[in-house]
Amino acid sequence: MRIGVFVCHCGSNIAGTVDVERVALEARAFPDVAFASDTMYACSEPGQAAIIEAIREHRLDGVVVASCTPRMHEPTFRKTVERAGLNRYMFEMANIREHVSWIGKDTEANTRKAADLVRMAVAKLANDRTLTPKKFSINKRVLVIGGGVAGIQAALDCADGGLEVVLVEKTATIGGKMAKLDKTFPTVDCSSCILGPKMVDVAQHPNITLYASSEVADIGGYVGNFNVSVRKKATYVDWDACTGCGQCTEKCPSKKATDRFNEEIGTTTAINIPFPQAIPKKASIDPEFCIKLTKGKCGVCEKVCPTRAIRYDQQDEVVEEAVGAIIVATGYDLFDWTRYGEYGGGRYPDVITSLQYERLLSASGPTGGHVKRPSDGKEPETVVFVQCVGSRDKSVGRPYCSGFCCMYTAKQAILTKDHMPESQSYVFYMDIRAPGKMYDEFTRRAMEEYGTRYIRGRVAMIYPKGDKYVVRGADTLMGGQVEIEADLVVLAVGAEASEGAARLAEKLRISYDSYGFYMESHIKLRPVETNTAGVYLAGSCQGPKDIPASVAQGGAAASKVQNLFSKDQLESDPQISNVAIKRCIGCGKCIQTCPFGAIETVDFRGMTKASVIETVCQGCGICTSTCPQGAIQLQHFTDNQILAEVNALCQQSPFRNYE
Amino acid sequence: MSAITVPELRIVGFLCNWCSYGGADTAGVGRFQQPTDLRIIRVPCSGRIDPLFVLKSLVNGADGVLVSGCHPRDCHYSEGNFYARRRLEVLKRFLPILGIDERRFEYTWVSASEGQKWKNVVQTFTEHIHELGPAPRLDASLVKTAEALLTDAA
Repeated sequence: MRIGVFVCHCGSNIAGTVDVERVALEARAFPDVAFASDTMYACSEPGQAAIIEAIREHRLDGVVVASCTPRMHEPTFRKTVERAGLNRYMFEMANIREHVSWIGKDTEANTRKAADLVRMAVAKLANDRTLTPKKFSINKRVLVIGGGVAGIQAALDCADGGLEVVLVEKTATIGGKMAKLDKTFPTVDCSSCILGPKMVDVAQHPNITLYASSEVADIGGYVGNFNVSVRKKATYVDWDACTGCGQCTEKCPSKKATDRFNEEIGTTTAINIPFPQAIPKKASIDPEFCIKLTKGKCGVCEKVCPTRAIRYDQQDEVVEEAVGAIIVATGYDLFDWTRYGEYGGGRYPDVITSLQYERLLSASGPTGGHVKRPSDGKEPETVVFVQCVGSRDKSVGRPYCSGFCCMYTAKQAILTKDHMPESQSYVFYMDIRAPGKMYDEFTRRAMEEYGTRYIRGRVAMIYPKGDKYVVRGADTLMGGQVEIEADLVVLAVGAEASEGAARLAEKLRISYDSYGFYMESHIKLRPVETNTAGVYLAGSCQGPKDIPASVAQGGAAASKVQNLFSKDQLESDPQISNVAIKRCIGCGKCIQTCPFGAIETVDFRGMTKASVIETVCQGCGICTSTCPQGAIQLQHFTDNQILAEVNALCQQSPFRNYE
Repeated sequence: MSAITVPELRIVGFLCNWCSYGGADTAGVGRFQQPTDLRIIRVPCSGRIDPLFVLKSLVNGADGVLVSGCHPRDCHYSEGNFYARRRLEVLKRFLPILGIDERRFEYTWVSASEGQKWKNVVQTFTEHIHELGPAPRLDASLVKTAEALLTDAA
């Protein structure tokens, strides 16, 4: 075999702490290496051209590039060797940037380590075989999980492009957090005026199947052919029959149910429609508060319902859907501010969250848009906003900036003045972060036109004094303590990963970061893809985002799905398992361990043998390490290849003399 | 060239592509400085790691072997790391029977976002192996005698 080795400088990224020329020089002495050189940027146009030229000139059978991580540029270089006429799997990468030059400053040790990694790659490549992908057909339907603004945008973009969409939303209505907002920054647009029509479009779109009050119970399959079971939770109302007339909610005698849509400001009836513009506009019963369901008496709603839609004995129902791609848009949760004991920890009725305040401001909210203190219903004169509650605070495990709190606080300060011209607002802030289009101008307007007093410093504590609350904090610009007597305190709570995000990630087989937000495939270049083929991300499930960013990402995820579905057939990765039929003893252990059901038994001259279903195999190799005979081998990661790497690493002298 | 004060030992790392290899990349991107003794072999899944690989490494002269995969329940292939955990746990108990110090082998779970954790794992394990020192090797004179005996027998 004739192998070519290319050692990349990556500018100074690698060459700064690795003697790349020397690594190339060393590589020439490795078995099977016919050519080795160093190159400034292997991934650049001239870098790739040099590789192609060397393959032709030196009649190379395989190529090793020592550069960055294969998770970054393996596809790039595979295409390069393919352009030179080699099979794309006759390529190996040695990671001498992330795993060598960036983590060690000792050039001598780094150079030796880099040479070792190249030696391992060469040894593996010497055992590589050409592989050819197979084609399989795909199901051009898409599942969108989460009906917030990102999910709505993704669903509409897919549906408008002619794809069938299944939209699963866990609450009784789509709209997400945006539907709860009164106005949006920086235009002070009415939120429901811009979101409402989109929600209606979802309901009326012939290509969208909407499952509200539903959850994804299980996901199987792989890109192009996912099987999803959706659990439709019991709402105790037959939604096919319910017309959303609202007679049941008017007559319901149980009026103490938790009003989740209004952020628990006020209460609602046990049978309710979340809000007048809800989509789908269907009633559902809160079983915790329904008198019929808890005590067996009542039954008023059943009597008044003109369409006889009430079903007290309804059970959860599971429906199966087959889709080819999945867009995850599960959004975020607000930080539970009651963890801040110094701010009352939830004990003071007039210390509320920003989203609760949003409901107080909203004309469709529980107070009809009149700002009233929850404790006594009085209109507040002094409103204090406290920023960074659950953001940029290591002590509560939220060291990241939630990004949108500065802006919504400015918006709420402006709206406060609009609602109550006599009022005075104060904002305690750490830094103002307003990098979006028209954002900085907007916060300045809050200060300059609306007279909001911004105080730079953290609030130390909040305590009641008479019917007011004393907000005590530092003013770090003035260098002193400030105390403000407030009628109402609004905490600008940050965002955290939504509850259950980890469980869903396990079902989807995608990864999440230490805060629970889903991880994109590449932070800059693949921001809506995940590492699982066919699963895309949109909105705040990936990290806190405002509305424009969520909408943009929803659209981007939809276009990725369109891109995926633009072909009728996909190529499967040929790095899959293969059975050596003569060695197989038909014990079936591989079949038992395969998580994808990708191995079946076949009859071979009267004997039972294992056989891999090539389009189903995902290439994990669990079967290979299970097989007692070594008969089933994961191609490109065979026992021989990995052991060749082990040998290359262990059997050479650990201290080579470079001179 | 700076002189190396402590001689490097040979540590083999088997890392799954999706979590720990990504975590090692994240540590690199974060420029978290680490000892250079460890060389990483990338495998698709920790479930792909045959205990044989660990044994071969140790028998071939590795001073330490580190295996790392996705956190249990967070596997890219849904359950590969459960298989890995069972196999590696059994292996750990089996090593002393072969006369190999089981402290030379360790397995751990590091996700793709845990760059800092990966750095700590590498640092701790490398220090640990340095405390144990180089793996015992056969006396060179014994090998020579054995070779001579074999040649005579042939």
